[in-house]
Amino acid sequence: MRIDKDRLIGILLVSPSIIAVAIFIYGFIGWSGRVSLSAWKGLNPDYTWVGLKNYINLFSDPRFQVDIRNTVIFTVLFVAGALILGLILAILLDQDLRGESIFRTIFLFPMAISYIVTGVVWRWLMNPAQGERMSGFNILFDKLGLDFLINKWYTTPEWGIAFIAIPAIWQMSGYVMALYLSGLRAIPQELREAARVDGATEVQIYRHIILPLIRPITLSAMIILGHISLKVFDLIISTVGKQLQLDVPAIYMWQTTFDGHFFGRGAAISILLLLSVAVLVIPYLRYSLKTEESL
Amino acid sequence: MQKKLFVFISVLLIAAFVLSGCTPKPTDVVKTEEPKPASSQVEVFSWWTGGGEAAGLEAMQKVFATKYPNIEFVNAAVAGGAGTNAKAVLATRLQAGNPPDSWQGHAGQELIGTYVDGNQIEPLNFLYEEEGWLDVMPETLIPLISKDGKIYSVPVNIHRANVLWYNPKVLADNNIAVPTTMDEWFAALDALKAAGVETPLAMGEQWTAMHLFETVLLGTLGNDKYNGLWDGTTDWAGADVTAAIDNYIKLLEYTNSDATSLTWQDASQLVVNGQAAFNVMGDWAEGYFRELGKAPETEYGWAPVPGTVGTFQFLSDSFVLAMNAPHRDAAIAWLKIAGSKEGQDAFNPVKGSIPARKDGDRALYGVYLQSAMDDWNSNVVVGSLTHGVVANDSWKSEIDTALGLFLSAKDGKAFQDALAAACKSSGPCK
Repeated sequence: MRIDKDRLIGILLVSPSIIAVAIFIYGFIGWSGRVSLSAWKGLNPDYTWVGLKNYINLFSDPRFQVDIRNTVIFTVLFVAGALILGLILAILLDQDLRGESIFRTIFLFPMAISYIVTGVVWRWLMNPAQGERMSGFNILFDKLGLDFLINKWYTTPEWGIAFIAIPAIWQMSGYVMALYLSGLRAIPQELREAARVDGATEVQIYRHIILPLIRPITLSAMIILGHISLKVFDLIISTVGKQLQLDVPAIYMWQTTFDGHFFGRGAAISILLLLSVAVLVIPYLRYSLKTEESL
Repeated sequence: MQKKLFVFISVLLIAAFVLSGCTPKPTDVVKTEEPKPASSQVEVFSWWTGGGEAAGLEAMQKVFATKYPNIEFVNAAVAGGAGTNAKAVLATRLQAGNPPDSWQGHAGQELIGTYVDGNQIEPLNFLYEEEGWLDVMPETLIPLISKDGKIYSVPVNIHRANVLWYNPKVLADNNIAVPTTMDEWFAALDALKAAGVETPLAMGEQWTAMHLFETVLLGTLGNDKYNGLWDGTTDWAGADVTAAIDNYIKLLEYTNSDATSLTWQDASQLVVNGQAAFNVMGDWAEGYFRELGKAPETEYGWAPVPGTVGTFQFLSDSFVLAMNAPHRDAAIAWLKIAGSKEGQDAFNPVKGSIPARKDGDRALYGVYLQSAMDDWNSNVVVGSLTHGVVANDSWKSEIDTALGLFLSAKDGKAFQDALAAACKSSGPCK
């Protein structure tokens, strides 16, 4: 095959980034994989082969079981919460409101904030202190007479992690709203009108026409939120610090590697995190590549 | 039009990357003296970048400059994460064979387990002999900062871990004397609870729970058995540790329910605010109480944690000598200052800690620190777990995990099994 000049220049131009990505991303993934199969513990590298021992130990490690449980609870609540809230906001904004762009900006704005800031602010809002030291939402509920809402927030035994989903939903639902809004705008007005002519109620229109049409957006949003949720780290660290009750794999990896010098175990956790995200993202990438090709 | 804009932005971005490569690294060397011809230099690495620590380092550096005017002091401090960032930078430099001449670390196993096992620091016995430090530092301190008879660091300051802070007014109002044994402590806590004190014992986030646990271990086991935990002669699965865990479980019943949401400052502050009666925290809390404008003895009182009277559970920042230090002689000169009376009396009053030497000038220190100096000179010295003296980093992180699981499940048996397993996997137990 003859390579024309444009094509050659193109290849030359992208090659530095391809090489950089190959080394600094895939090379290091491979290296982490190798470390995860080693007995490396301590300051000096030790590549003694131990096979899958680090992985097997993790699955009998009570801390890792806490991590998996926490991740599942957080992911389910966060993804479902952000999708539902995002969809409701999008539908409301789609009603030809006055000042729509102002609301859109307001709802989208939390996404511009870093998780660290969100975490610090919500640490104050969700202050679990009760009695005379009460503050944050608890004192608001107290003043409004809504005493039954006063609770322990993220210090609730067993279910503390569920409350961490609240700031995450607050931060990301605006983004989901933007995704849905663009989807809603893409639906031709004629479809709704035709349905109305046929005597469908508004609820039926959403149920049978709009929602099925925006299903691809739901899928994209789920993938984006899902991989954020599996990798959650900064939000938890800035809200509660290093507390095992609210531990997730990324925090375990950080602590065991850099505080405890268990490099082999830390690498195994990172590889498991990578695989869990890959399980989510790769089918989606294949699906979207296919749909692009068919277009 | 759009294409032009795109090209313009690309050029800007590339320029930004190239230029940022030219600027000095943000964590780079802070030179504190005006450049002058120096015959040598010493690069000292630490995470003392703010507050009393940085001011203390500066004070000690002044002493160094008057004694060794020909050696330039290069302060290679790295900020952030209570030393986490600095340790990561240091590890990278050591792996690249580019060590600083001397660096800061918690005295004891945290240093030994990481840097001696990694063959990165030199023993300093010769310096201790030359300078006569063995005579001025407590006898029981030396084994805790040594391995196989070799001493590996020069402790600059000493903090005490086993301090029970109390609110004198709250105790007086309820007719309670300062407890000295575990039983007296439980009786006092019961009385306070019955009198309606909301939080008899204040506690904060997870590491403060570990801090409390180590003092309860010490208070329940006594010095010898406590020391035995760390060299493998006391059985982690034995009845003594079970008793300590039982005491710990009992104590947790008197703590505030929102502990996980409080920093150590928040928890200590409950005592001086009169919202809690007791708090167990290291004596850096005293510096914090002073910052809050509270008066010693009337607004806050202190005592050894019940069961640990006569014992000084210490932690210390210390400096080491790098293996193959680029400027070995200058580094030794720096260590001589770090271990000298002058150097330590310059550093500690500013930092709010006491000198590791027994001959510090008492007049320079406040009333609490004077009492700590008296105890340092007369008590038996044992090491702290949470602050790196008795266990290496790996072991400590395994204990931390066991403790974290215990704090959510409150299963004492599982906790003890996990502690015994941690000693086997990362400690000296076989």
